[in-house]
Amino acid sequence: MKIQARKIFDPSNIPDDLCPIATEYIYQKTGDWRAERPLVDREKCVKCATCWAFCPCQCIIEKPLWFEANLEFCKGCGICAQECPHGAIKMVEEIED
Amino acid sequence: MSANTIVCDGNEAAAWGVARSRPDMVAVYPITPQSGLAEKVADFVANGVIEGDLMDVEGEHSVLSVLKGASLCGARTFTATSSHGLAFMFEPYWRTPNLRLPIVMVIVTRDGISPQCVWGGQQDAMTVKEAGWIQLYCESDQEITDTVIMAYKIAEHPEVMLPVNVCYDGNYLSYGIEEVEVPEQELVDNFLGTKNVNWHAALDPDRPMGVDPLTGGANEEGAKLFTRYRKGHCKGMQNALKVIDEIHQDWQGLTGRYYGGLVEEYRLEDADYAILTISSMTGTGRDAVDVARDAGEKVGLIKLKTFRPFPFEALLNSIKKVKALGVVDRSVNYGWSCGPVFQEVLSVLYHLEKKIPAISFIGGLAGADITLDHFAQIIDTTSSTLKGETVKDTIWLNE
Repeated sequence: MKIQARKIFDPSNIPDDLCPIATEYIYQKTGDWRAERPLVDREKCVKCATCWAFCPCQCIIEKPLWFEANLEFCKGCGICAQECPHGAIKMVEEIED
Repeated sequence: MSANTIVCDGNEAAAWGVARSRPDMVAVYPITPQSGLAEKVADFVANGVIEGDLMDVEGEHSVLSVLKGASLCGARTFTATSSHGLAFMFEPYWRTPNLRLPIVMVIVTRDGISPQCVWGGQQDAMTVKEAGWIQLYCESDQEITDTVIMAYKIAEHPEVMLPVNVCYDGNYLSYGIEEVEVPEQELVDNFLGTKNVNWHAALDPDRPMGVDPLTGGANEEGAKLFTRYRKGHCKGMQNALKVIDEIHQDWQGLTGRYYGGLVEEYRLEDADYAILTISSMTGTGRDAVDVARDAGEKVGLIKLKTFRPFPFEALLNSIKKVKALGVVDRSVNYGWSCGPVFQEVLSVLYHLEKKIPAISFIGGLAGADITLDHFAQIIDTTSSTLKGETVKDTIWLNE
């Protein structure tokens, strides 16, 4: 394999309609899609991080004594509730504002 | 005959065009009738004619996925496929132009399955015409060599930055042996200039970036961004019309060989009516026009060299010169029960001041020949519309 000569990437002259690269990323707030939210029982949570490992959108955040989902991004899939070995998470229906 | 003239088939002619363009990375998976090209390119890499790398992969989906990565790293890339290879490649295929990666890929056109068929036909290339690639069609083996080289210059032009398909007829050109002049390396090096394929999205560990981020959705900003990229892609395609024309003229200046760029006319100046052809059938079409001219028929020929982007203005200028048109296709538009080129040409006719009759002819499917007799039939039928005949239905030449 030949080694390609590295050029310094200069974004200043790139037209803004050319190629979708993440220099202008716009967040999808996937939390909008949720029908049920995970509710963590803080007494039961032992911070084993099983939910953190299984969450498909990696939105579990660590608190001093428990884990919980970032609701801006949690899609409400329920995998954390299914996998929690301590039964500390249950899914509750979203109620419209 | 110059010292660089060889006698070879269309697949080898394409391989010479690739070699002269000095690709850094080639990935191929063999499929009939492209296999000869895949083998020749592999041979060139093994023997140092091509100094780039060849990657053997397990299928066409991986072929184009590998090349996308290579292109983002700054490599000039090449691949080729046919028919169901193209179908298997489709997922990375329609993402490549959206990423604006200037990859050059030959489609050795072959008919679709079912029924089982390994022979020529343009159903594969015509099926993917809306995927956002540039499509150039070739009439002869020499045109294949030259078009592959020009394709790199078109694809990498800063105002275009789009992948290009060089399409030629399976069997007729892939295995058809002709004399081909292979251009000098120095000539091609000067013609193509300095390579710069990833100035817009370089993969660089020092400056990590996400390529293909999630974009769009119901939020307003995402929708605006997505629309901006789609419009930009269309703009690149329209820019390509000008660039293709200029590059063909540059090539003519260097080699004396000219293929029309967008559209080529043959004996059209004083013609009453015309036949419209694409790819290798054009050679027979020219002969048929000569025969009819000798018999006193005022017929001309229009060859579509560039099919994507569709050369609307150039074609309108040619069609304006005639009063009736017969369009010959080597594939099927199922939705309209006519040929796909015919269906596109109808949109041009709408812009004429006066409506003219046009007929769709379909022939040469699955390796069938489009003969001089077929062209005589095409010319007679098109001519009959000038004498008041009405032809509404598609005419199938091999029925």
